[in-house]
Amino acid sequence: MPDTQTLVNDFLNKLKKRKIEGSQATAKQTAELLRSVISQTRVPYTNQAAALIQSVKTVGERLIAANPVELAVGNVVRRVLHIIREEDLSLTTAAMAGLNLSAASDDEDDVDGDNQPVLSAAAIAAASRSTLRPPSLQTLLEDVPDSAAVPHTSSSGGDSEGKSKSADKSSRSRKLKHDVIEAVNELIQDINTCHEQIAEQAVEHIHQNEVILTLGSSRTVLEFLCAAKEKKRSFRVFVAEGAPRYQGHLLAKELVTRGLQTTLITDSAVFAMISRVNMVIVGAHAVMANGGVIAPVGLNMVALAAQKHAVPFVVLAGSHKLCPLYPHHPEVLLNELRSPSELLDFGEFSDCLDFGSGIGAPLLHVVNPTFDYVPPKLVSLFITDTGGHNPSYMYRLIADYYSADDLVLQRRATSGN
Amino acid sequence: MGAQKKGATARVSEDSEVVAHHPLQAILLADSFTTKFRPITLERPRVLLPLVNIPMIDYTLAWLESAGVEEVFVFCCAHSKQVIGYLGSSEWSSKPDFSVTTIEANDSISAGDALRLIYERQVIDGDFVLISGDTVSNMSLTQALEEHKERRKRDANAIMTMVVQQSKPSPITQQSRLGTDELFMAINPDTKQLLYYEDKAEYSKGFISLDKTLIADNPSIILHNDKQDCYIDICSEEVLSLFTDNFDYQHLRRHFVKGLLVDDIMGYKIFTHEIHSSYAARIDNFRSYDTISKDIIQRWTYPFVPDILCGSSAIKLERQGIYRASDVTLSRSAQVGSFTVIGQGTTIGNNTKISHSVIGEGCSIGSNVTIEGSYIWNDVTIEDGCKLSHAIVCDGVTMKLGAVLEPGVVLSFKVVVGEQFVVPAYSMVSLIQQPTQQDSDEELEYADNSSGIVEVPSDKLNGEISSDLSNTQYGPTPELGTGGVGYIWSIFEGGHDEEWRHSVAPIPTDKLAKIMLDKDEDEELLTQGGNALVEELKSDSEDDDNEGSRDDYASFEKEVEATFLRAVHENVKVDHAVLEMNGLRLSYNIAAVDCAAAIFYSMMKLAVESSHSSASELHRNAVEVITTWQKLLKSFLHDIDEEIEVILKFEEICLESAKEFSPLFPQILHLLYDKEILQEDAILRWADEKEGADESDKVFLKRSEKFIQWLREAEEEEED
Repeated sequence: MPDTQTLVNDFLNKLKKRKIEGSQATAKQTAELLRSVISQTRVPYTNQAAALIQSVKTVGERLIAANPVELAVGNVVRRVLHIIREEDLSLTTAAMAGLNLSAASDDEDDVDGDNQPVLSAAAIAAASRSTLRPPSLQTLLEDVPDSAAVPHTSSSGGDSEGKSKSADKSSRSRKLKHDVIEAVNELIQDINTCHEQIAEQAVEHIHQNEVILTLGSSRTVLEFLCAAKEKKRSFRVFVAEGAPRYQGHLLAKELVTRGLQTTLITDSAVFAMISRVNMVIVGAHAVMANGGVIAPVGLNMVALAAQKHAVPFVVLAGSHKLCPLYPHHPEVLLNELRSPSELLDFGEFSDCLDFGSGIGAPLLHVVNPTFDYVPPKLVSLFITDTGGHNPSYMYRLIADYYSADDLVLQRRATSGN
Repeated sequence: MGAQKKGATARVSEDSEVVAHHPLQAILLADSFTTKFRPITLERPRVLLPLVNIPMIDYTLAWLESAGVEEVFVFCCAHSKQVIGYLGSSEWSSKPDFSVTTIEANDSISAGDALRLIYERQVIDGDFVLISGDTVSNMSLTQALEEHKERRKRDANAIMTMVVQQSKPSPITQQSRLGTDELFMAINPDTKQLLYYEDKAEYSKGFISLDKTLIADNPSIILHNDKQDCYIDICSEEVLSLFTDNFDYQHLRRHFVKGLLVDDIMGYKIFTHEIHSSYAARIDNFRSYDTISKDIIQRWTYPFVPDILCGSSAIKLERQGIYRASDVTLSRSAQVGSFTVIGQGTTIGNNTKISHSVIGEGCSIGSNVTIEGSYIWNDVTIEDGCKLSHAIVCDGVTMKLGAVLEPGVVLSFKVVVGEQFVVPAYSMVSLIQQPTQQDSDEELEYADNSSGIVEVPSDKLNGEISSDLSNTQYGPTPELGTGGVGYIWSIFEGGHDEEWRHSVAPIPTDKLAKIMLDKDEDEELLTQGGNALVEELKSDSEDDDNEGSRDDYASFEKEVEATFLRAVHENVKVDHAVLEMNGLRLSYNIAAVDCAAAIFYSMMKLAVESSHSSASELHRNAVEVITTWQKLLKSFLHDIDEEIEVILKFEEICLESAKEFSPLFPQILHLLYDKEILQEDAILRWADEKEGADESDKVFLKRSEKFIQWLREAEEEEED
């Protein structure tokens, strides 16, 4: 069995060298890596959730640092942390409900008394946290018994059965890890199927004889358009080529092989064409907590053009792209400047970059940013695997997927060290 | 669990595949075998010098790793301990799929030696990448490798693929942006075969010559001067054995590549692979250090850029190309300009201006400092009011209040510049004194490096010992102002005129204007055509010849002396000695006149150097030498002119090198006459010539007056 450490190092290296392209692949591999980290973490007798959280955090921190631009890594790490917390909470509450165990979490008696040394601190912490924080929408809808148990914890008082506790705990320890791995598997499943889940909604959005504009290439967009095509919708697609990497060319090729009527245009022609377009559908690199989008370069221009002509601007994003941070957060690195050689041939311009003469600095600078930031007011609709959402609703989704404690992963870790 | 098992089996099958397919190997030369980076490289090898705050070798290794190379053999020679120590403590020693093995040899003086040694070790089996440890690249090797393998299949003689890149040389200075000389390559555009390679073309000549057969054999040839050699070669194993077979191959390009191109017996061929959008360049001199640093900062080498290579949390890229580490203490009033890198733990004071510069880790920079286009390494202290422009400042340097560095200055490790001291442009300053033996012969430049190490044992170099030395032994030297420590090296290589070519500083505009002017004049002459130019060329060439012959004569004289002494000590027969002298004379292309003079000089020198206590003994010595070797001397004296030359030489000897002879002048002249080495005509002619000379010149004439008198009388008698 491969050592986790080598797996981690391997993945770190790939992230660092920018060898993994696309948020979906990154998210999936991150989740898989964290799964093996969890499965190989030796869980102590007490305080298991904390141990798991600790090990996931230390790995996650390094992964995020390896490529801070790829926000999907941080998203998945935070979601796994959230999963651990949720599972722990549900187990604790289930146990407490089942055993009618209550004396431990008396609010006044929060500091562990001598008579209750066995109850895990994490359980107390989790329980008290859940009382402080309102239950998330997801828990409200999905885990009815779970949320119901929360008030039960704080309200119940009285009889403790110390002897059965230890027996219960060993089973719980196995169960926690098992449950967490199960949940992470579900997450991986979600990431895998996010394209299909988004594509399923295509017919609701794309209508007969419409003209759709997109920029660059995104697998989500491709699947989305193809799904609509399969449902016998007939429509036309304008593809802006997406300089400087020209991935639009690939998308156009792919669309044509699937039998879609496609028109390829330059990025600079977008404004001229936008009046004929019924809807703009694009992919995203990440969706921030305020509903702003980090997307391939050129999309802000497209969004502005769309706004000018009142064309709906629809962003497709799997839930792994949902980032719980705000774009002004210092931890967020919004952009990456790639090599200027994508814009021009180094050899051709070598004489413009001669530092031997003049002031010793070249007069020619080439800037090649990878991403644009599209503010939330320009986005009409987000389509995620859970359905269509307004930009202003994003914070709510985020509350479902992430724990507030995990938001500032790096900051806390560095101050802790 | 099932999934994990699957993963495990998949891994095993992968492993077996790896065994079947051959791992790609690379040889990395961690020694440049040149002295271009002196005085810095006296203390630290070039591959460990920081390039935008990261040692150069890290760029090379990171590229090799990402290009799919699995085994790297690092050849260390100069400062091998430092290189091995660095690699051992770095992340490179513990990569799972990327092994770095060091090969150490302290007696290699060239790349040729290194490759011969690696061949002996027999570690390379198959194609390998040959690269120097100071190369920065982000190219993908896949295509070049495929092309190479494909060609190998068709033609076993295609043993090397050279990576080239377009780069136009400056039309004014005839050098590329990397500061290397203009390179001429002839390439067959269809097969990409390299047919001609010339990196040391002589501009004075104004032409290059191609072999006629090249044009006969190839339907089309493109002659490029806008290609840059990236010094990344994909080689087959034969390359190593070729180096072993041709033990005189030293330099990779000058000997090996040119040797293969000229030699058509074996029929080995070299091909080129041109890269367009990716980047590859080698740091060969200070100018390329500057250029490549700027390329890295402008992200041409992406993903090998500071914010990614450093571990991204350390350095962040901000607007206008400013790279700043997380814990920099920057005064509010400090102005950091575009394309600047500031390393971890550096503090910068009030009103300091920095632009286009790289500042290392742990530096402290005072107030009102101006830094422009400079490279400041780690732990440097710059006090208030200093000014730096286009300089390289190594680790641990201290610049006291108001010190100024003019463009092109290099301050080596731990140098201290005194208060208000202005270091003149293009100075090299080091704690280590300049090696006295000057080896200006460029062909021998590889040899220098090892000699440099002998002079400065590496154990002395580390840390405090050298600073101790500087404080105690050297003491504060006045060379760098009050409180300054260090020696300013005098420039000897390339001459004073040429230092701007390879410096970090941009070429001053007046220099450019001057070159331009010269060029225009040349062109005017060319357009005038015909006689004027030819005449000028002639006179030029004559001057050149004279200058050349003067140098030649000095070395010839030395050779003659050595040969003569050997003849004396080994009792070589006179005939043989004559033959040998003749051989020497021909090889140096020296006239018989000069040869005779040189022989006579060595004879006299021998006489002087043999033990003698008085003039009479010296005389006896001279008599002895002359009698034994008269035949040797005589065989080079064919007519009177030559004999006169010998007399003149003798005069010179008496005046300059061996004053002991001056009282003996008439006796020895007589002796030479007696032995029939000199004819009386010659002596008389000499006397006549000297008659009209200055008084001071006549010293010897007067001394030998009696003898000449006697000669004249004898002549008259004969006539009677």
